[in-house]
Amino acid sequence: MTTTHEPRTSPEVGGIGHSVRRKEDDRFIRGAGNYLDDLNLPGMLHMAILRSPVAHARINGIDSSAAMEIDGVLAVVTGEALAAHGLAWMPTLSGDTQAVLATDKVRFQGQEVAAVIATDPYIAHDALAFIDVDYDELEAITTPQQSLATDTLIRDEKEDQTDNVAYTWEAGDQDTTDAAFASAARVVSLDTHYPRSHPAPLETCGVVADVNSITGQATIYMTSQAPHAIRTVFALVAGLPEEKIRIVTQDIGGGFGNKVPVYPGYVVATAASLLIGKPVKWIETRTENLISTGFARDFHMNAELALDSDNRITAMRANILSDQGAFFSDAQPTRFKAGLFHICTGSYDFPSAHVTAKGAYTNKAPGGVAYRCSFRVTEASYLIERLVDNAAREVGMDPAAFRAANFIKEEQFPYLSPTGFVYDSGNYHGAMDKAKEMIGYDDWRARQAEQNADPDATKLIGIGVASFTEVVGAGPSRDYDILGLKMFDSAELRVHPTGKAILKLGVQTQGQGHETTFAQIVAEELGIPYSDIKVMYGDTDNTPYGLGTYASRSTPVGGAATAVVSRKIRAKAQKLAAHLLEAAEEDLDWEPGKFTVRGTDQSVTIQEVAFAAYTNHPLGMEAGLEGVTYYDPPNMTYPFGTYIVVVEVDTGDGTWKVLDMVAVDDCGVRINPMIVDGQIAGGLTEGFAKANMQWITFDDDGNCIGSNFMDYLVPTAWETPRYRLGETVTPSPHHPIGAKGVGESATVGSPAAFANAVIDALWSRGVKNIDMPVLPHRVWGALNDVPISP
Amino acid sequence: MYPSTFDYSAPEGLEEALGLLSELGDEGRVLAGGQSLIPMMKLKLAAPGHLIDINGVSELSYIREANGHLAVGALARHADVSSSETVSRHNHTMSSAAPWVADPLVRNRGTLCGSVAHCDPEGDWNSVMLAVGASVVARSTSGERVIPITDFVVDFFTNSLRPGEMVTEVRIPKYQGPAGGAYLKLERKVGDYATVGVATHLALDGAGMVAEAGLGLTAVYGHNLKVTEAEEMMIGQAPGSELFAEAAAIAARTCDPDDNVRGPASYKRAVVAEYTRRGFAQALAMAKEQS
Amino acid sequence: MQITVTVNGASETRDIEPRRLLVDFVRSDVGLTGTHIGCDTTSCGACTVLLDGQPVKSCTVLAAQANGREVKTVEGLAEGGELHPIQAAFKEHHGLQCGFCTPGMMLVGSSLLEENPTPTDEEVRWAISGNICRCTGYMNIVTAIQAAGQEGS
Repeated sequence: MTTTHEPRTSPEVGGIGHSVRRKEDDRFIRGAGNYLDDLNLPGMLHMAILRSPVAHARINGIDSSAAMEIDGVLAVVTGEALAAHGLAWMPTLSGDTQAVLATDKVRFQGQEVAAVIATDPYIAHDALAFIDVDYDELEAITTPQQSLATDTLIRDEKEDQTDNVAYTWEAGDQDTTDAAFASAARVVSLDTHYPRSHPAPLETCGVVADVNSITGQATIYMTSQAPHAIRTVFALVAGLPEEKIRIVTQDIGGGFGNKVPVYPGYVVATAASLLIGKPVKWIETRTENLISTGFARDFHMNAELALDSDNRITAMRANILSDQGAFFSDAQPTRFKAGLFHICTGSYDFPSAHVTAKGAYTNKAPGGVAYRCSFRVTEASYLIERLVDNAAREVGMDPAAFRAANFIKEEQFPYLSPTGFVYDSGNYHGAMDKAKEMIGYDDWRARQAEQNADPDATKLIGIGVASFTEVVGAGPSRDYDILGLKMFDSAELRVHPTGKAILKLGVQTQGQGHETTFAQIVAEELGIPYSDIKVMYGDTDNTPYGLGTYASRSTPVGGAATAVVSRKIRAKAQKLAAHLLEAAEEDLDWEPGKFTVRGTDQSVTIQEVAFAAYTNHPLGMEAGLEGVTYYDPPNMTYPFGTYIVVVEVDTGDGTWKVLDMVAVDDCGVRINPMIVDGQIAGGLTEGFAKANMQWITFDDDGNCIGSNFMDYLVPTAWETPRYRLGETVTPSPHHPIGAKGVGESATVGSPAAFANAVIDALWSRGVKNIDMPVLPHRVWGALNDVPISP
Repeated sequence: MYPSTFDYSAPEGLEEALGLLSELGDEGRVLAGGQSLIPMMKLKLAAPGHLIDINGVSELSYIREANGHLAVGALARHADVSSSETVSRHNHTMSSAAPWVADPLVRNRGTLCGSVAHCDPEGDWNSVMLAVGASVVARSTSGERVIPITDFVVDFFTNSLRPGEMVTEVRIPKYQGPAGGAYLKLERKVGDYATVGVATHLALDGAGMVAEAGLGLTAVYGHNLKVTEAEEMMIGQAPGSELFAEAAAIAARTCDPDDNVRGPASYKRAVVAEYTRRGFAQALAMAKEQS
Repeated sequence: MQITVTVNGASETRDIEPRRLLVDFVRSDVGLTGTHIGCDTTSCGACTVLLDGQPVKSCTVLAAQANGREVKTVEGLAEGGELHPIQAAFKEHHGLQCGFCTPGMMLVGSSLLEENPTPTDEEVRWAISGNICRCTGYMNIVTAIQAAGQEGS
């Protein structure tokens, strides 16, 4: 049921399908955004954090006396001081614990050890050099393999922890899977590492904590993608009464998952403000951001596909070993220790799968955030798309044709996957066909055959395909919670007497344009122009409770809540309209913005109805026109698409460049096509970044390599490919407006497309895998049989 | 990330700057573009006691032809070099390298002389200077020295300036007859240091034989490396892929790169060889266009 | 030491430490927070300002070095309440998402257009390659800068 959504509203109303320009841009283009570091409160102090220079060491003592001598230094906070208030440790979003400031030992390079509070940021940073910490270095455990083999316990403070295992998890059915493999005509396997990456939003994390010592009111300004959940965590950690905690998140300079967790700096700044009685600001440096806040990925994956003699996939199995760092602080639903990795069966129809995962503690930074992906979906999608691509070539089939032969067919939806997900809707062949047509697939294959046939060719062409299926919109409360908080989301809508409205959300924009798109949903449902609707979020005192924005859940959950609350209001408006028109409710017809008595020209506008709600409401009806909805989604949504990329590999130096790329996305109904395209272009670039250059690694001593933007490479406009975007529209059948979510699709789907393209170029030279990032020296090593590490 | 405290002077003339430099001794450090020094100070890798900011010494802001050479003053920015017609007319290696130094904004501030003085083995300019046989003009209150670049580049972040001296100019010899040059840089992204950089320079005599050959390497040795053996071998020979392959083989075995996240030494040697071949081929094509 | 810098046409005199970075002078001393900080290594360009008309990274220039000179920040792009064409173009062409890199991108773009009002895609990408954007994938930034050039010429 591929359709294109034609707008039902006029451009002035700007409902769904209109590429209206963003309301938030007016302040950003004038340099008038309100980012965290732009906030300066009277009497505000500044905090800097001392971090461990080593990966694993026992702390014998901390001497901060010299730092305290410096003019302008008010306090040096240590773990010992926090311990006295029960604040030395805090819960992670995965139910583990994490040190706020280290007391017993440091467990990764960059771990928080002490904090200086001073009158000026220059002074605070100067003072760090004057704190003397006595470390006894311990063996650094830097890989999960090493972690599982050693007797050294990283988490020796946990009484019930007898090994370095952070979690174990499995999905699917082992017996049927084993049986399928036993009878397979062919088995294709892949051993790969999805490297550690970091979201690295351009704005780092930070906090301004302002605790009023008289009233006990704690106002905490913070770069958070999930302010409400953070408030509850703060209440639980600090023992502060929840009604006295107000988390305020203003403009965020990008999040991508980095700004979901609670970081030690937030807690220390709040404690310091509480103790000193003045506001305390802490802004991460870029190095702090990269070495200590939530990393993503770091999955070692071993997987196999079983094929029958007709080249149909019959089963998949996968074993995952994840590197969790020192604390298990993945931000993901309680029941899903390996995130939503179940989606690893991808876009393909086969009956059996079995997946196991084990997480290991290492002496590396904690994290496991969903970096522009829905909880480990990126790793899953990469795995199946790399596997399928290799399988196609192993059996001598074209990778696009092999996929098409194994796709779940349009008529099979809703489709129950072998790991237990129910895919809501899809048209995988449609997206594939469109992508092939857009890029001129057959022509490229012909050109490739000609160019690569020359054994002396130094420029090899490769064509990479990825047909991803994502799972987003967490999630139904029966399955999804974070620390027990069910993953609903909320919207509160108040229509004022003059027909203007305020929409308050539990989700949190970080640049996605919520002030515009959520207004468009209301415009669609009520016919009130989007420009008349103010969208508010990010202030826990003034918005309804929600779980925040990550994992592409804003539109699937918060967007649904917005549509539902709008419909509630429309239902009341209909009663009011009936009263005004002196007609029966059921005799009224609705078109966006207007009720008409059927068969007449008598009508009232939504604005007239709104005025009546406050000035002329019927007896027995409550005044006002407002409502609130907490939306509990019945299912996840499953965006999908096909990406095709053409690369040229230089065999002399191992570099590769993109010659052409098309991305056909199906995210269901598109609220604002311009914004959707912008999300996709951004996501493709992050996918390219991870495939091409962006990674964080460590040396054998646990020193982080990639601790600043000289070493952690993020692409500029110069390296970034040009993309051509296409769409198909397969609405989600269970979502009120048929939308599925899109913020992450491109980051999920594209890495495999890039990697597949390079492998496609080199396959005839005997290369079957290169782990990401597909760096020039790795390409060269693969071509020349030179082992490469790292 | 902030610099440590320091004193600051902004002299308006060269003599005043040299006087300060002489007076301050080890405490004093010249600030020109500051695009390497200020980041190092922010990361606390450098903590000079006194900065002598020469940005007001406008007499040092020039690129000009003089007495058979090209002269680049201490305040000529990378961007000036990149857009200079004088440079593009006289030295292909330099005009090829200039756009690949750092990024466009850094090029608006950073200076060629500062980069030469910095002697970062991953810096691009000294490979170019080694390939084209430049010399460095050092001034102090007691006079001027003209130092061949081979003597100026001593080691990892080490030059042969004496206390009280500053680099005021870099001189690049002009050559007669058809010539060409290139700087090929393997960088992972704009603004990245070179994984490998190869500067080549080639001038032909009337018979079309190699009259001058220059080969400088970036990031594959403790300092920028001049491959003298290859240069000497090429003189008088017929330029072409065979000769360039021979030079490439010498370059690959002369360099001594590290194994690191940018790749193993064997890879870098292979790229040195590849870029030497490609660089000389480009240089030859340019030279042939002129003959 | 005392410095006087002309910021967006207004003369700003302050006592500063020599080590004070221009970005902190602009943000904290003058109070113009449209100039942002995204890294410590001169890599990202979020702190871009025009110094005597040239884009520079203000995290890697000392405030003292701007003494007696002119600085233009994003707040100085609009004149008399009228948006600069590049500001209008960034909104029209969706050249921004989170907005954090936007001031730097617009300043570099405006500087490019002064020299070359009709840059190619490649010329724009080259000019902005000292500035990092994590949201947009750059395509719409390039389009916006090109469109602003068309608008202004």
